[in-house]
Amino acid sequence: MGRLRGTVTFTVAVLVFLLALLPQAQAPATPFTLITRDARRPVTATVVNNQELLALDDIATLFQLALREDAGAGSATLTYRGRTIVLAANQPTVSVNGRAVSLPAPVVQQGRRWLAPVEFLQSALAPIYDQRIQVRRAARLIILGDLRVPRVTARIDSPGPPTRVTIEVAPPTSITATQEGQRVVVRVDADALELALPVGGAGVVQQIRPGEQGNTVVLSLDGGVSSMRAVPATPNNTIARLTIDLQGGGAAAPDSADASAAPRPAIPAAAPVDLNEILGPRKTGLTVVIDPGHGGADTGARGRGGATEKQIALDVARRLKTLLEMRMSARVVLTRTDDTAVDFDSRATIANQSRGDLFISLHLNTAPSPDVSGTEVYYLLSDRELELTRTEAAKTTVAVPVVGGGTRPIEVIPWDLAQARYLESSARLAALFAESLAARLSVSAAPVRRVPLRVLKGVNMPAVLVEMAYLTNPAQEKAARSDDFKKAIVEGLHDAVVRFRSPGEEAPIR
Amino acid sequence: MTGRNGLLIGGSILFAILIIATVLLSVEKFVPPRRAESTPPAAVEAPTATAHITATLFYMGPDGRTLLPVRREIPVATLAEVLGAQILSELFAPAPPPYVSVIPKGTTLRAFYITNRGDAFVDLSPEVSTAHPGGTVAELLTVYAIVNAVTANLPSVQRVQILVDGKEVDTIAGHIDVRRPLARDGSLVKGT
Repeated sequence: MGRLRGTVTFTVAVLVFLLALLPQAQAPATPFTLITRDARRPVTATVVNNQELLALDDIATLFQLALREDAGAGSATLTYRGRTIVLAANQPTVSVNGRAVSLPAPVVQQGRRWLAPVEFLQSALAPIYDQRIQVRRAARLIILGDLRVPRVTARIDSPGPPTRVTIEVAPPTSITATQEGQRVVVRVDADALELALPVGGAGVVQQIRPGEQGNTVVLSLDGGVSSMRAVPATPNNTIARLTIDLQGGGAAAPDSADASAAPRPAIPAAAPVDLNEILGPRKTGLTVVIDPGHGGADTGARGRGGATEKQIALDVARRLKTLLEMRMSARVVLTRTDDTAVDFDSRATIANQSRGDLFISLHLNTAPSPDVSGTEVYYLLSDRELELTRTEAAKTTVAVPVVGGGTRPIEVIPWDLAQARYLESSARLAALFAESLAARLSVSAAPVRRVPLRVLKGVNMPAVLVEMAYLTNPAQEKAARSDDFKKAIVEGLHDAVVRFRSPGEEAPIR
Repeated sequence: MTGRNGLLIGGSILFAILIIATVLLSVEKFVPPRRAESTPPAAVEAPTATAHITATLFYMGPDGRTLLPVRREIPVATLAEVLGAQILSELFAPAPPPYVSVIPKGTTLRAFYITNRGDAFVDLSPEVSTAHPGGTVAELLTVYAIVNAVTANLPSVQRVQILVDGKEVDTIAGHIDVRRPLARDGSLVKGT
């Protein structure tokens, strides 16, 4: 009997719960996409009285805010770094750090769930948030941080042959196209794209779809394509345009294709070219490997104020990557892109397989005394025994068979000796880093040191480890968490990389 | 039973230990975990009936980035292993003021042995990693306080291999390569 009553009570409770959810379930809206520097996440929107609302607990999770509900007062408080936003149920006004901000619709409380109009992000949260927040309603995008997210429109003008695809970017941004087998990859110099792509394909283009990387669009091709031509244009100062002509496969095709292409004088007849070389941003050909220290369960050093080495190292690594890509058009590889543990040999493997030109490991220091402070740059101190065998190791060659018969000698370097060959250039790199950082930050009295660092041993390129600040020093811990400090570190490292790359040139390449 | 207790008896037993030392000279030796009762520093410095030697231990240097050598009285032992274990146990004990220890709190010596190649193995309890603050400088000081204490006081030891919980490790806190025996690093030592 008791069990039956329990079951009935449970069923009623579930039904009541479902009924409470019903108004939202009936009015689902197209979700928004939150774009951050390294991720895209869906954000659910709910329509109530023709207003699109976002759940406060979703906002709290995505923007790392603390959400506290005061049931008695009928209010909710969001806290971000000591700044607060107070929302009251059914009120279209919220208090942002003591200042009243009005919203287009009232805040809705549904049981324990609080909902606020989408505009809340820009009018209430953005003023107290450390990063820029943009909402592009039509494109269903929420952009966090100073990201460049241009609008990219693609259309197929003519099925051909040749098949003509036009891609427009607003605001004007550098755009390039490369043929990679059965597809053409269009790269836009941006962090993410707001895309407007046609449904279905035509001519040799099967489909135009978003690429794997956030700043690419992929044209899937139907069979072989014998030639591709891409002509950039900037018709006005609001858009950049790339016109791509694709010639279908088959040896005989080009002649007839050229004939049909004749009425289009904009397309010169020529052999396929490496478009990146001609149209792309000026490439330095430099590959930089950035190694954010620690990660996952390995937090690394911790400050008394709560700063963690793994988090700051990753943040600085991402900022440095953006800057090197933007200013130097360098290829930048990160040994970890999120909060995961990567062992030492895997870090070196990633660097070596990327054929990096230089390796920068980013860390934060600790000392037994809280008085110790300053940025330091280390390069490898290898065992004397290993250094002695260094010359011997360099001579080791192995003959490997090659296609078509015969053999080719290849140099074999024992893993732990890889870095020993680059000690001179690593020393030069460390000195440049220390000098460049000293111009912006407080560095130790003797900022360059040689240390037997595990992570640098197997790295087959000039390599340094930068200890950005001492987390055991309260002032440095506070600084290390600030935007200014991270910017100074990133600028300093960038300028040193420029100088390392071109010893004669003092001015950075912009 | 440990070397210290053995020493507290008479010269005849000391003589017996000397014979054992001679016999076992070429064999790898093993010393059980640190003494059950670590000697308090005050007791060590007070002259007792037991013979002492002056050993050099390493604490945090005046600039916080280097090691400060400090002369300390350690009960003498004829077996290098026993002496080494005593020196390290003293280093792992809380530092007498005004010195600052660079060894993570709670670290104990699980075992200490010397091979006939002159490599000493220092087997540490997991606290050396788990209680370590991380950071290259703090780790560098921990590693070389141990390596230097052993190599500075035991002339028979040229290099020191650190083990954690009986096993070889890559690093103790993520930076310094301790996969191989390390030689003494005098460049880290500053002051007197």
